[in-house]
Amino acid sequence: MKPAPVTADTARISDYFVELAGVTLNYGRGDREVKALGLTNLRIAPGDFVALVGPSGCGKSTILKLVTGLIAASSGSVTVAGHAVGAETVRVGMAFQNPTMLPWLTVRDNIMMPLKIVPPFRRQYRSKRKGEFCDRAEALLKDVGLAGFGDKHPWQLSGGMLQRASLCRALIHEPQLLMLDEPFGALDQFTREELWAIMQDLWMKLRPTVLLVTHDLKEAGYLANRICVMRARPGEIIDDAEVPFPRPRTIEMSYGSNFVAMTQRLRELIVTGRSAKEAA
Amino acid sequence: MDAKLRRHVDSALFIIGFFVLWELLCRGFGISDLVLPKPSQIIVTLVERMPALWPHTVQTLYTTLVGFGFGIVIGVLLGMLIGSSRLAYDVAYPLLIGFATIPKVAVVPIFVLWFGAGTVPAVLTAMIMSIFPIVVNVATGLATTEPELEDVMRALHASRLDILWNVGLPRTMPYFFASLKVAVTLAFVGTVISETVASNRGIGNVMMIASSNFDVPLVFAGLFILAVMGVALYAVFSLLETRITGWAHRKQDLAMG
Repeated sequence: MKPAPVTADTARISDYFVELAGVTLNYGRGDREVKALGLTNLRIAPGDFVALVGPSGCGKSTILKLVTGLIAASSGSVTVAGHAVGAETVRVGMAFQNPTMLPWLTVRDNIMMPLKIVPPFRRQYRSKRKGEFCDRAEALLKDVGLAGFGDKHPWQLSGGMLQRASLCRALIHEPQLLMLDEPFGALDQFTREELWAIMQDLWMKLRPTVLLVTHDLKEAGYLANRICVMRARPGEIIDDAEVPFPRPRTIEMSYGSNFVAMTQRLRELIVTGRSAKEAA
Repeated sequence: MDAKLRRHVDSALFIIGFFVLWELLCRGFGISDLVLPKPSQIIVTLVERMPALWPHTVQTLYTTLVGFGFGIVIGVLLGMLIGSSRLAYDVAYPLLIGFATIPKVAVVPIFVLWFGAGTVPAVLTAMIMSIFPIVVNVATGLATTEPELEDVMRALHASRLDILWNVGLPRTMPYFFASLKVAVTLAFVGTVISETVASNRGIGNVMMIASSNFDVPLVFAGLFILAVMGVALYAVFSLLETRITGWAHRKQDLAMG
């Protein structure tokens, strides 16, 4: 199940949308150097939904930041859509654990922010702000159950509502790559399950390539096609498994024996911090 | 709404009470006009001398606003530079503090030396008085912008200018407007200092001449005009502040579940 070692040759002609080849990341220098990410290879097919799970500090978010280009790798290469990361040809959407809405804008203007920044939309922003773009924001708000809240300011909404709005903002510019950094982590169980269903619907409709970081194994099993388990110090991927359940998945499914067995296996891997091969 | 009205009434009563007490003390102790004129006398002086005072009032207001305008432009630019660049912060901040510590009275003769007595030194003094609070507040607002807010933009590959324009500056607006209220009153101080030292027009000059003639009611009339203008401009910028940066002064009870 482990991804095959990637050589320079295969990397160039690959069909993968995201490709981390021989990537490491160290913070600090000299004696104080900390190895945040050990040798990591990860390949994600276009339109796939991959979840990264693991203990705190195992480098899950680091991988996300590497793929987004927020930080640079110490060694190895990060490729997105065939280009070195950071190239503006790929549209990236991102949702964080905090909704991080700008308090001076209305919810709708917050959601439309990516259209104001990202090409090719930014050139049309002035002319389509009130028309097409606004309709698009309204449609997304309706999808996440926030119809009619576009004119409110962020501080007038609850945490769950803000997180829904944050998903809209991550999706409005039709990103090819969607990065979710524990976006449902701070929510109550019921809101979380509702948002899983909404997320699944949106993914099936828009089919972006998704990389989800989460602590919640049930969430990973519900949403992802593939789950990568990581361990800490140094952070590395120790397991990479397909999730076999058909779509659309339901909450009821997550109580089935196969699903429970899968989450238990994942839990075991994370707690022991050993790879499936070592354990055998 | 009742509580709000009540507060306004209380506030007005207190202000009126202050002047009534002043009047009573002057009359009760028989204080000479040369020391402390009665409020009633100041009002009479104001009304009688208004035709002569008016051009000076306009001059002082004009000088202050021009100086303040320059102060805003330079203050915002400097604040943006210092707030968004570590190097600029390290280099410019000590210089700025040193500059702000200099008593502005000491600078006026230099301006007079360069530009001659009159309006120009007054404008410049008003300007340098108002720059400091604006720079400090704009720089603070920019430097304390939450990194999470910037991360949202960086994930979209936004340029530094995009981030400054869409996150940094809007976030700094409450700081900026708070500084304007302080700066506009300081600009008045600057104008009057300069008019007192080296000018033949303006309220500062009127008060200077009146005091050397022992025309104390006129001195107080000048003070009164300055106070009214200062309060009026403070009120204008206060209103602008609540209009533009209302999001920062929101009431928590509006938030939903």
